[in-house]
Parts: sequence; C-alpha cells; structure tokens
Amino acid sequence: MYSGRRGPAFWLLAAFFTLFVLFLYGPTITILVLSFQGPSGQLTFPMTGFSLHWFRNLFEPQMVGDFAGALRRSLVLGVAVMIVTMLFSFSAGLAFRSRFRGSNIIFYLAIASLIVPSILISLGIGLLFRVLDLEPGWYTSAFGAHLTWTLPFGLLIMFAIFNRFDRRYEEAARDLGATPWQTVRHVIVPIVAPSLIGVGLFGFTLSYDEYARSLYTAGNFNTLPLEIYGMTTNVTTPVLYALGSVTTGVSFLVIALALVSFTWMRRRRARHGSDARKAV
Amino acid sequence: MKPTRNWIPYLQVAPLGLVFLTFLVIPIATIVVVSFFDYNTTEIIPAFLRQNYEELLASPVTWETYLQTVEFAVITWLLTFPIGFTLAYFLAFHVRSAAWQTVLFLVCTIPFWTSNVIRMISWIPFLGRNGLANMTLMKLGLIHHPLEFLLYSNFSVVLVYVHLYTLFMVVPIFNSMMRIDRSLLEAAYDAGASGWQTLTNVILPLCKPGIAIGSIFVVTIVMGDFVTVRMMSGGLSASVALMMANAMSLLQYPAAAANAVVLLILVLITVGLMMRVVDIRKEL
Repeated sequence: MYSGRRGPAFWLLAAFFTLFVLFLYGPTITILVLSFQGPSGQLTFPMTGFSLHWFRNLFEPQMVGDFAGALRRSLVLGVAVMIVTMLFSFSAGLAFRSRFRGSNIIFYLAIASLIVPSILISLGIGLLFRVLDLEPGWYTSAFGAHLTWTLPFGLLIMFAIFNRFDRRYEEAARDLGATPWQTVRHVIVPIVAPSLIGVGLFGFTLSYDEYARSLYTAGNFNTLPLEIYGMTTNVTTPVLYALGSVTTGVSFLVIALALVSFTWMRRRRARHGSDARKAV
Repeated sequence: MKPTRNWIPYLQVAPLGLVFLTFLVIPIATIVVVSFFDYNTTEIIPAFLRQNYEELLASPVTWETYLQTVEFAVITWLLTFPIGFTLAYFLAFHVRSAAWQTVLFLVCTIPFWTSNVIRMISWIPFLGRNGLANMTLMKLGLIHHPLEFLLYSNFSVVLVYVHLYTLFMVVPIFNSMMRIDRSLLEAAYDAGASGWQTLTNVILPLCKPGIAIGSIFVVTIVMGDFVTVRMMSGGLSASVALMMANAMSLLQYPAAAANAVVLLILVLITVGLMMRVVDIRKEL
C-alpha cells in the first residue's frame, strides 16, 4: 500500500469513487439533456426533438409564476448575505484571536445555529414576526434567517484561517509603527483575502439555494428556491428541467468565478511578492 | 493586546452576536413561549397551557412520525458513513499528487453548491415508472413490469439523502485523514500490520473527530428535513418537520411550536451524545 506500485485496493477504490461521481452527476446531466426536449416531449426519455422551447417558456411570465422576479430577489439577497457574512465573520474572527469573556457563548451559539434544524429557525423567526405584528420580508426576516446559516460557517472558516496565520507579520507591522487599523488594512486583510472571498461565495450559494430557512420568513414574495419548489408541485412539463438547468448554470458560474479569482489572486501574489511601501 | 484595548474584541464580535441574538436566540425563545399558547382557527391566544404537549404526546401518529424520522436518520447514517469514509480514504491515502487530490475533492464538492430542490427533481427521469432505471432493467429482461417502489417511496427518500448529504461525511473525515502523520502509517507497516489492520487500528481511531462532525451534520439535517420527504415520498411518508409544516399550514402555530420544541430537544440530545466523542473547538 505504501510502496510504489498500485495494488488492487487502489483500483477497487478508484472504481468506487468513479461510481460515486456518476451517482453524483448522473441525474443533473440527465435533466440538463432533457431540458432541451422537443416541444411535444414529456418529463422522461425518449427525446422527441431538440429545442430551446422550454427555456423560452421559462421566461414567459404567464407560464410560471414570477420566475424572473424570484431570480432577481435571490440574487440580491445572496449578494447582501455574501457581503455581510464576509464583514461579520472577519470581524468576529479577529475578536476570537484574543480571549474575551463570553467567547464561549458566542462559539456555542454558532454551533447551535448550525445544528438547530433550519425549519425551526424559519418557524421561530416567522412566529416572532407574527407575535410582534411585523410583516416578514425576504430582505428582513429571510435575510436574518440566512445569516444564521452562513455566519457560523464563516466564523468556523475564519478560525481555521487565523489558526494558521503567522502573527509575526503583524508584529513586524507594529514594530514598524503601523497603527492597529493600518495593520488590519495592509497586513491582515491582504493575507486572508482569498479565504475571505471563499467565505463570501460560500455564503452566497448557501443563501441562493436556501429553502427551509426562507419558508416562513420570505413573506409575500418568493425567493427562487421557494418558487422552484412551488413549480415542482404544479408544473409537469420539461420547463421544470429548463429551470433546473438555468439555476444550476448560475451556481456553476459562481463556482467558476470563485476558482478563477482564487487562481488570479495566487498568481498576482506570486508575481508581485510584496506590496511594501504601498501603504503610505 | 494592551489591557486598555480590552473592549475591542467585544466591538468586533458584536455584529455577529447581535445576529445570533435576534435571529436565533429570540426566535427559539418565541417558539418555546408560543408552544404554551392557546389557539383557535383564526388567532393565537397568549396563555400558559400544557395542552399542546399533551395532545402531541398522546397521539400515536406523533410517535410513529418520530420513529420514522429516527429511522431515516439511522439508515442514512449507516449508508453515508461507510460511503463517505471510503471516498475520503481513497482521496487521502490513494491519490498521491496534491493537485489530483484538489481536483477530485472539488469534483465531489461542486454539486453541493447547486440547488437541493433541483437535485431532487433530477431523480424523476431516472426513477419514474417510465424512467431510465425501469427502461434499462426491462430491456435487459431482468424485470417485466416497471418497479413501482423506485420513486415516491422511502427508497427514493433515502437515496436522495445519500445523494445530497454524503459530502458532509467526506469533507470532515478527509480533513481528519489529512492531519494523520504519515510516519504513523509507516510505523504500523514496519511493525507488520496489514493494510486492513492499519486502517482499523490506526486510521479509524484517528478519524473519530471527523466522523463525529460528519455524523452530527448528516443526522441533524435528516432529523430536521421535510423537503426531501415531501418531494420524494409523494406524500406517502412523514417526518417530524413535515408534520410541523402541516400544522403551520393549518395555522395551528402553538401545536407546531410544541412539536418544534420536542424535536429540538431530541436533536440536542443526539448531538450531545455525539459531541462526547469530539471536542469541536480543538478541531479547528
């Protein structure tokens, strides 16, 4: 096993891995293909032709609720959640580098936020707004509900980042006379920036795909997952698959963006090496 | 840090703390309070009643639903753990170049970034009466009538759980495995341990924290799930959260809240038991 040759165990495991990847991607690829179904086609194979009929259908408002509106709301919400998650987790991550009273409480709240089932958070916020006689909205209650999901992840990732952070860089900055703010702005932020972007994009996709936490918090206007779920119960044409392809496409675009910006930042850093003297 | 700057961490952690307070602590407290309220068909009435709990716990449907939910959680765990462990093991110990490790790891994680509801829908053309699975099996002559249990059954519910949540096992276990000092494995090998013995006596114990974290994720998600059960069982199965959602749609908020409190207690006990294996704070 630890010698140079690959034994049968390797090939067995490789086969298992391949099967799992097929299992993972097979269904998505199937609906991608089926979303190009001919206009007279059904929800299953065979394909009766190849057309963009169902994609056009998707953007006709009379056909499916308010798909374009829901998509727009989900994108706006996702970006807002992304920005707030980055800012709040970074700031909290800084705080956790020093021991402060109550840090344990915050830590266990973050863990609780992860393990309490989403539907309970949704229900709780929904009830709270009802008791207070407030109108739930996707930009208020759903926004908060999504943050309870993205912030714990953000915080835990920040922990992991700062645990590997070499504090000598900061000390060096301080020795050179940098104020605390300059240290954060010109030393810490540039070092953790790639991970921070990761936190943000992670937050975006979590929010963009969140169903349970939006259920009782989104108010009168649906976010995309709610709209999609509504469609699955009353649409029985391949327009459903077109919808699936489009939303999956958006997700993949975000992932690709993340990967590209990661590599770009790494390259840039490798090329420039130091940004000394740019601070003043 | 200079003692005079002691207030800075509080300022830094305040936004996060406020979000948790407003959207986690207070809402959960609201659930607990409302679970004692009275209600009729149009409104909820502040009160302090045990009735919601008594009705909930007296109903055999409740117990059946809880049993079903626990069963889903156990079956899903029994499947996702060995599958996740095997995948992580392959990635960590059999894939040798770091570049390939990253690529294959990404391949596993990418679907996680896409919509769960869509990923559920994508099983329909596979599992349906005229779906790919049935067509293939019939063509091969293995069956003569389409299998009905493939879609809208407990089978499809568990299948989708495994499809969606195995990743939650892979990531933490892989993380644990990558931290294992490779010289330990060599020591085991030198001491004459077979590959299997190394796996069970060295790797498995050292992966306990990862396994615990993955298990906590999978079990809590399945216990609180209702979307998968509603979509993939076609209304034939129930789960606690689905029961709650149904009470909500009938505007029986206090009943739903009482159920939520019971579910929350069950989840917390389960997690508490699993946390005994791992000190999460040490794992970061």
